[in-house]
Amino acid sequence: MAKKEYAFYPGCSSQLRGSASNYLTSVNSMCQTLDIKMTQIPDWNCCGASIGYAGSGELARHVMNARNFALAETHLPGQDVVATCAACWLGARETKDKLDASSQLMAETNEALKEAGLHYKAQVGVRHMVEVLIEDIGYEGLAQPIVKPLEGLKIAGYVGCQTNRPFGIAGESFENPMYLDKLVETLGAEALTKYEQKVTCCGGALAFSEPEKSQKQIKDIVESAYDHKADLIVTPCPLCQANVEIYQSEINKRHGTKLDMPVAYYSQLMAVAYGAKPKAAGLDGHVIAPKKLQDIAVKVVPAKK
Amino acid sequence: MGAPNELNLAALAKYSNDFLREVETHVEEGEWVKMCMQCGVCAGSCPFGPHWEHSPQKIFMMIRAGKREEVLSSESMWMCTSCYNCVVRCPRKLPITQIMHGLATYAHRLGLAPKMQPTRQWSLQFWDNCTRTGRVNELKLTLGLYFRDGLVAGLKKAWAMRAIGFGLLRAKRLNPFELLRGHECKDQAGIHRMLAKAYEIEARRLRLDKFKLQG
Ligand code: SF4
Ligand code: SF4
Ligand code: SF4
Ligand code: SF4
Repeated sequence: MAKKEYAFYPGCSSQLRGSASNYLTSVNSMCQTLDIKMTQIPDWNCCGASIGYAGSGELARHVMNARNFALAETHLPGQDVVATCAACWLGARETKDKLDASSQLMAETNEALKEAGLHYKAQVGVRHMVEVLIEDIGYEGLAQPIVKPLEGLKIAGYVGCQTNRPFGIAGESFENPMYLDKLVETLGAEALTKYEQKVTCCGGALAFSEPEKSQKQIKDIVESAYDHKADLIVTPCPLCQANVEIYQSEINKRHGTKLDMPVAYYSQLMAVAYGAKPKAAGLDGHVIAPKKLQDIAVKVVPAKK
Repeated sequence: MGAPNELNLAALAKYSNDFLREVETHVEEGEWVKMCMQCGVCAGSCPFGPHWEHSPQKIFMMIRAGKREEVLSSESMWMCTSCYNCVVRCPRKLPITQIMHGLATYAHRLGLAPKMQPTRQWSLQFWDNCTRTGRVNELKLTLGLYFRDGLVAGLKKAWAMRAIGFGLLRAKRLNPFELLRGHECKDQAGIHRMLAKAYEIEARRLRLDKFKLQG
């Protein structure tokens, strides 16, 4: 397989020692196996996510995204910009679509970018890591390097909002996207396809400003996984992962529940199935340890002939 | 912020009884509001639905009815989690999420947004944190949120949340050194110049140029 190359936009939460640094670790391991080369956009910046709106207004938000595009065009020409964070991807996609549709907005954006010595030529593609996996590699290609099928693991695929709406993954429905379940099954685990909270919002960035309201959402998301006898929840979004994992202890205090459900990234499942050790799969980065996944990761597989 | 400002007085004088036109001119995606056909689909879409005093559908109705004060001082728009449930369902394809953010932002710029609204404060803090160096500093951001109500309240909250903080620290997902020097972009000066220009252009476009948009 020819090496595939992308301009990587890791996002602030995935930086070294950020709240989703274990996501980055597992993505690196997964990409190495799949022969995907991710080169960080030099000096990339944060986008402000969906929550920075009151400070940014409209143009400044687009300008922040366009700076990353311009840097990618300059330093990594011809490569799609690939984000691992749902919010980064959504914000970047929105900016790209908006600038493509409005010559005025495009001109204003470039007027601002000029102050940083940059120019955006509107040539980049913007994609989520999941799109790269499904569209450029394909389920069959993803199955090839498996050395440890995740047999016996029951997994609730929690897609959340922003990898699903408003853009979503091509060919999937908003109400019941199947790609995460398919990915889980490709890896040899059991996908709990009846899991009701697949596309429920966890509260997103409002988990910080409206903790009680968000924790009610998170409680539903986790309890439904228990109802379906899940061993763990898996998600493609770093904020979903953080919110759903971290607040379980708070919910337990507030509601007298005993939630203790591990929440992992799709990339961690893949890294483990491809033979990564717990550390390389980022399994040491959890507040609630994904024990069954760790057990598989430490198992020694007979060397391939 | 919080007290109606000069910008608000100017807007009042200019649009005295045409709030719809004011929204169309000054709010991001505001020109879509008149397309709403009041079907009510969006009203049942919000994750924090019970906490919205006025659903998006109602807000659109109130805008057309000229209920300026009520809309702009409402807490409702600040309940939007950017989940995009409404957007994918709306038969008229209104960019409802952006309109909610746009209304909230406009209310904030006019000084009419509820002063203690936690999401307003969080939104401003997030943008400020992210644009200062070009990268979000998660530790300062979290601490800032705890301490926004003052030292004692902040200490109490930080204490209540200590289990989470220690858990993350142990899992190597929170870096105490971010307090001293976090992640940052190299070309911060360029980013600041670029953003200053963007605010200036937006103010010019919205014909709000006498006023500083940021802050
Ligand atoms: S969405 Fe969040 S994680 Fe992604 S770059 Fe923006 S601010 Fe950072
Ligand atoms: S589920 Fe939550 S964190 Fe995930 S994309 Fe939605 S709002 Fe964001
Ligand atoms: S779903 Fe669309 S058309 Fe229907 S009430 Fe909401 S905004 Fe209006
Ligand atoms: S995006 Fe905002 S307005 Fe739309 S359904 Fe979600 S919370 Fe409601």
